[in-house]
Amino acid sequence: MTDRPIKVLIAKPGLDGHDRGAKVLARGLRDEGFEVVYTGLRQTPEMVATAALQEDVDVVGLSILSGAHMTLVPRITKLLDEQGLGDVLVTVGGIIPDDDIPALKDAGVAEVFGPGTTIAQVAEFLRANARPRD
Amino acid sequence: MREAAPATGVDPMARGEELAEAAVGGDRRALARLLTAVENRTPVAEAAMRRLYPAAGRAHLVGITGPPGSGKSTLVASLIERVRAAGRTVGVVAVDPSSPITGGALLGDRVRMQAYAGDRDVFIRSMASRGHAGGLASTSTAAAAVMDAAGFDLILIETVGTGQSEVEVAAAADTTVVLEAPEMGDEVQAIKAGLLEVADLVVVNKGDRPGALRTAAQLRAMLVAGASPKVGAGDAGDRPRPKRPEVLVTTASTGDGVDELLVALDRHREAGRDEGSGAEIARLARAEAQVWAILSDRLRDALHEPRHAEATRATLVEVAEHRLDPYAAADRLLSTLGVDR
Repeated sequence: MTDRPIKVLIAKPGLDGHDRGAKVLARGLRDEGFEVVYTGLRQTPEMVATAALQEDVDVVGLSILSGAHMTLVPRITKLLDEQGLGDVLVTVGGIIPDDDIPALKDAGVAEVFGPGTTIAQVAEFLRANARPRD
Repeated sequence: MREAAPATGVDPMARGEELAEAAVGGDRRALARLLTAVENRTPVAEAAMRRLYPAAGRAHLVGITGPPGSGKSTLVASLIERVRAAGRTVGVVAVDPSSPITGGALLGDRVRMQAYAGDRDVFIRSMASRGHAGGLASTSTAAAAVMDAAGFDLILIETVGTGQSEVEVAAAADTTVVLEAPEMGDEVQAIKAGLLEVADLVVVNKGDRPGALRTAAQLRAMLVAGASPKVGAGDAGDRPRPKRPEVLVTTASTGDGVDELLVALDRHREAGRDEGSGAEIARLARAEAQVWAILSDRLRDALHEPRHAEATRATLVEVAEHRLDPYAAADRLLSTLGVDR
């Protein structure tokens, strides 16, 4: 079966309290046929990694508006790797300066989605790049 | 950093047994992968189940159901806290609905259950209902059995927000908890058949809201006092008797009343060990529900096999065009599989 939904974790690590974007994306991906696990605000990297493991998601989408991405994202990708989840696709959305993108990609992020990205673009990227289903 | 894709030639029997062994041995990633296989109803899941099912049957399976927004997830979070404080391990299967239009789902139950990230003795899994209508996903019972075999003491099965008649959870669980919010209805609502009838425990949550105690009193009056008493042997024979649920009040957000709920859950489980308690009937109902569901899938799969697919489709078209009635169609399809009735 290839039509089984792709499972995505949408998480907001760190301390900023603006989750409208994450919720709109979660809702939009639902409408694109994804199964979206939404975990809410103020997640620690450990919470994100635990949820990714227990839910066996194919994609982890991180929404960060606080500017703490250079601290939070590498910690999350490291925890994912340590738990054997190196094949999970990690994407970041929010306010990320262009200069930081190469370092995030070095840390294991597949793509960074800035303001103006459409939900259709995100959905297309995830369909093309999420790990193969077994 | 991507792992190689699993080779297509991997033997599902071997993979299933390998995952089952690892999950029983405490490997949480293996458990998570196994739950995915179960949800997707793959051959890997079947092979794993063969190994796991005999190891299941030890956990206390508790169903939590009730209307949307009545506080199921918050109550589950509060129960996790108390159960962990008592040193017991807990697994959660939390079901949210799939879109009937796109097949997508928003699984939001974890929002209230995030405090246990570092605790390997709490395992929470969200499931989309994937078109199944009874309040659970078709694979929720199997998922709970996998967690049971993996050694969790208590397994909480949280349904989608339910209305009046999504009673399936009662077959999936040893103990069924039905949540109500204050002021959700009058006494007539409480005596309607359906969801409240399958409750072993009725919990009025949001106990700090006005009307909670009155709602609980109304429910008690209608469900407990109003239920026919147990009849003696010979009287009314084996006619099924309604349950007489305990009615409790909780405030899940503060934890008020949750200790009492836990005590009531344990008490119900203990009572289930007594002969004639109905627990055996419940276990048989669970077995039946599982086997029947699989049987129905297998029948459908068999009828869609290449050698039958065309005849199956032709029969369905005849029904759609009202040239054949659905009963005769079912009989014809059964006979193509060699089943005569």
